[in-house]
Amino acid sequence: MADAPAIVLEALHKSYGDVRAVDGISFSVPRGEIFGMVGPNGAGKTTTIECLEGLRKPSFGTARVLGLDPERQGYELRERIGVQLQSSALPDRLKVREILDLFSAFYRKSVPWPPLLDELGLAEKAGAHFGKLSGGQKQRLFIALALLNDPEIVFLDELTTGLDPQARRAMWDLVKGIRAKGKTVFLTTHYMEEATQLCDRVAVIDHGRIVALDSPARLIASLGAENRVVFTAEGADPGLFRALPGVSRVESAEGRIAVYGAGDDLVVHVVMALAGAKIKFRDLRTEQPTLEDVFLVLTGAAMRE
Amino acid sequence: MRGFGKLLLAQAKLFLREPAATFFTIVFAPMLLLLFGTIYGNKPNPFFGGRGMVDVSVPSYIAIIIISVGFMGIPIATASSREAGVLRRFRMTPLRPAAYIASNIVSYYAMTVVGVVFLVLVGKAVYGMRFDGSVLSVAAGFTLSALAFFSLGYLIAGAAPTARSAQAVGMIFAFPMMFLSGSAIPLEVLPPSVRAVSNFIPLTHVVTLMRGLWAGESWGAHLTELAVLGGLLVVGMALSARFFRWE
Repeated sequence: MADAPAIVLEALHKSYGDVRAVDGISFSVPRGEIFGMVGPNGAGKTTTIECLEGLRKPSFGTARVLGLDPERQGYELRERIGVQLQSSALPDRLKVREILDLFSAFYRKSVPWPPLLDELGLAEKAGAHFGKLSGGQKQRLFIALALLNDPEIVFLDELTTGLDPQARRAMWDLVKGIRAKGKTVFLTTHYMEEATQLCDRVAVIDHGRIVALDSPARLIASLGAENRVVFTAEGADPGLFRALPGVSRVESAEGRIAVYGAGDDLVVHVVMALAGAKIKFRDLRTEQPTLEDVFLVLTGAAMRE
Repeated sequence: MRGFGKLLLAQAKLFLREPAATFFTIVFAPMLLLLFGTIYGNKPNPFFGGRGMVDVSVPSYIAIIIISVGFMGIPIATASSREAGVLRRFRMTPLRPAAYIASNIVSYYAMTVVGVVFLVLVGKAVYGMRFDGSVLSVAAGFTLSALAFFSLGYLIAGAAPTARSAQAVGMIFAFPMMFLSGSAIPLEVLPPSVRAVSNFIPLTHVVTLMRGLWAGESWGAHLTELAVLGGLLVVGMALSARFFRWE
């Protein structure tokens, strides 16, 4: 059973009254993968993750997590998964060490929590009340709770929402560390950069449906979108770059030139042409399409933050 | 029931770290006793059937402790942990709901007992309070009363949409009941028109039962109280189970 998928979803539907929050989602996640669901708020990500955790009952379709039915075998499942919820809390006046001690008692088996706190940089907060922790510290404590039972799958719902960029990057390292221990990670995010950085595969969700599912690199490549090289070079003739290999078009405005084209060596050709013609240039940058562009193209709408 | 013991311990700690809860459960009733005891003393008084003010107040104040925990402590704490997402977080573990609720009830019960014991100790030590009943019988009457009002407290928590409304509903019922039931002010002092209203207030039955058992009366003399409180407990448990929400 070791190579059986960690998660299988088949034709999952979930309606609230007339609203179809999830409208036919199917995918399977192999063990050891970091799988992400991206999409704007309200796309159906949280409903999907809550069906996998057994918090909600699907209107139609099946969910299997570690071969278990989250709805009927919820207690068995929760022994083997770790969950970080998008919105949850702990009593303000319990201390961090009391919380970890308490939650350890809920599981048949649990790992010792002091090393976990060390790893998450919370060791010196063991005696602090939950209410006194910062947003990032609370989030790290929730991760500690999600890892307490040495789970096979870790669910992370909007892990970095509300964190500053530095804390967000630290969190990404933590997630990579979780996978390095051989665990499967299932996450949702509405930050495209986060999905690109972390995920082996990404399902792009909009209006309760999957609009694309692949690795971030392949999703971006599938756009056939072009790289561009942008620089400032006063007096340069844009025509000089049109003939370069791979170049599709050139735009120029007020001395700023943008060369569009395919291929990773576009920038090499441009720089060599500039050097060959002895043109002075500055502020040269290359810009690649991002997952954000993928989303834009697939849904026709910008991500709503 | 894995997790029950640790949860009980955590809930007891939380209770003691909440100043308002500690005050109303443990400090408030002994404080009232010292205040009125200083004013009126505890001399036998024909007005109270030959008992003193303190002799009558101690069993009555037990009702104050019960209503504070049942109608303020329980609804506010339960609804706010639901609202903040604490219950949601517990639900993501293999913890059984029954273990959570049982530990919750037991911790409130234990705190109420601590409050009652403290009140009795103050009454005994400072005023040489009289007690003519049986401890077992009083404990049974207290347990029935406490559980009946706790179940109503969980019902308020479940039925109220938010923590704020749970607090408001709890207080709107708790304070008039305290003053009209004879728990804070002896029924004998109240005018007949108010006493007519008192009969319809559930907390009055706690006061009547506790005062009666305290004075050594038999359960047979308190079948009305037994029926009313037993009925409240059954209805309260059924409705609070029906209305309980994790989120």
